[in-house]
Amino acid sequence: MVTAQPASRRFHAVRSPHLFVASLLITLLLAVSACTGTNSGGSQPITLNVFAAASLQGAFTKIGSQFHTAHSNVTVSFNFGGSDTLAGQITQGAPADVFASANVAQMNVVVKGGQISSSAVQVFAHNRLVVIVPKNNPANIQTLQDLAKPGIKIVLAAKTVPVGGYALTFLSKASADPSFSASYQANVLKNVVSYETDVKSVLSKIALGEGDAGIVYTTDAATEPNSVTTIAIPDAFNVIATYPIAPLKNSKQSSTAQQFIAYVMSSDGQNVLASYGFIAASQGPQYTPPAS
Amino acid sequence: MSNWREEEAMAETAATQLLKTRHERRQEATWHRVDWRKVALLLASLPFLLFLLLPLLALVLRATPADILAHLVDPSVAQAIQLSLVTTLCTLGLTVIGGTPLAYLLARGTFPGRTILDALLDLPIVMPPAVAGIALLVAFGRFGLLGHWLNALGIDIAFTPVAVVMAQTFVAAPFYIKAASTAFANVNHDIEDAAAVDGAGPFGVFGRITLPLSIAALMGGALMTWARALGEFGATIIFAGNFPGRTQTMPLAIYLGFELDLSAAITLAIVLLVMSFAILLLVRWALRQRIQTDQ
Repeated sequence: MVTAQPASRRFHAVRSPHLFVASLLITLLLAVSACTGTNSGGSQPITLNVFAAASLQGAFTKIGSQFHTAHSNVTVSFNFGGSDTLAGQITQGAPADVFASANVAQMNVVVKGGQISSSAVQVFAHNRLVVIVPKNNPANIQTLQDLAKPGIKIVLAAKTVPVGGYALTFLSKASADPSFSASYQANVLKNVVSYETDVKSVLSKIALGEGDAGIVYTTDAATEPNSVTTIAIPDAFNVIATYPIAPLKNSKQSSTAQQFIAYVMSSDGQNVLASYGFIAASQGPQYTPPAS
Repeated sequence: MSNWREEEAMAETAATQLLKTRHERRQEATWHRVDWRKVALLLASLPFLLFLLLPLLALVLRATPADILAHLVDPSVAQAIQLSLVTTLCTLGLTVIGGTPLAYLLARGTFPGRTILDALLDLPIVMPPAVAGIALLVAFGRFGLLGHWLNALGIDIAFTPVAVVMAQTFVAAPFYIKAASTAFANVNHDIEDAAAVDGAGPFGVFGRITLPLSIAALMGGALMTWARALGEFGATIIFAGNFPGRTQTMPLAIYLGFELDLSAAITLAIVLLVMSFAILLLVRWALRQRIQTDQ
């Protein structure tokens, strides 16, 4: 007679059902208490949900903690992501109190969706594009024209992400200029190896040296000074990104949302934004609502 | 010779009994007799069942059949489906070829650190896929640990379909390796020894005894790997990037579609769900084959 040793041992392991059930119950209790655990005490703690473009991560995190210092009962909770992802989440009913977009188009998606009133939208910052290459510059890119050299690896953001759309605008403006060839845009796009889902991914791929060149915001390049080198894009071809902010119509914290936006617009908020490389709200185009 | 056959048959019957779990045996014993228990259990299960199934239902209800058909002929959608199929089938093949010896080693080998190796191979299952993507990048990327040697030889992996297959394999192969090593461990040593005594060489023992006795579980594990590879997103987007037709698999196209064209994303999501569901049904079927061949 043959016995199957390994299999029978498996059942001995769970021979004591009481112990098993008891440990299961304890685990369950712990899990439930952890889920429902709330901090009681203090004056009406408020959590403000701010949906903000990925490029705002550094500046807004700092603004959020300064705002918390000024209003100790308010905790600002951020959801950073591509503006288009955030706009999609909001129009699908995500519980946001404030939306800060990296472009007007995605703000207008939410305005058209009816979650934000166009009269409440304000511009709080501007940004501009820059070409980045890894510090050791493996493809030896020195000028904007070099981006069209065959065989180099360019990483862009997808065209649905604001910075990706701006990069295409820069390329088409440059192609129309006599200092670039007419096929400049087509040649550069042939070199694209990846369309990333947000600007931080473009930065990471270049900072790691996987791509030879990428196009990001000045503010993003400023966060990786040790791993990327920048090549400036002249104003004539550059796109000035406009950052609008607005409270959500159905926010349960609308007065706190207004306070937060006022803080972003205040000199304190604008100073933080400037320290992260943003251009002041007043120096650039203002918000124009979508034609209905 | 006939004695050996008899022994094999007896061992298989014993194995079948052992393979039935406590739950299955209890179910057989009491399930249809105590009806109120069934009702109470159903009521207790209902909230969670609804929670798990409602999102899937909502997704399916969101798209009309005309929508789905219209998007299926959209070249970007078709491209993503094709790339997903090709890369996941490569992943499946590589996993079975490379994973089978490793699973056998884990099941049969006694060497120091076996438990640690076993746990290490489970890590890709539990780590966030983004971690897997970064790990692959620092290993095989252009300036990675091994990648810079490959780069010197003119081989660049990142941003190619090869990178997609590597990301899928890294994340999904452990499912097959786990299933295969458990199956190999459950094959009775005595049967293998008997075959060896009767003159079978090591490959004969594996091919005629070990493999046939564990084939159903191997298929189940392989299908799980396939299903997991089909859904792979995080490691792919970090290691392979996103380029339509080259590295943009269905999950990536769904993510980008969520930003651009929600109804195309929903079509792809439904196609992905139907494919995954079919594979998971196949897994059940494969595992049921095991019980039947054992009897």
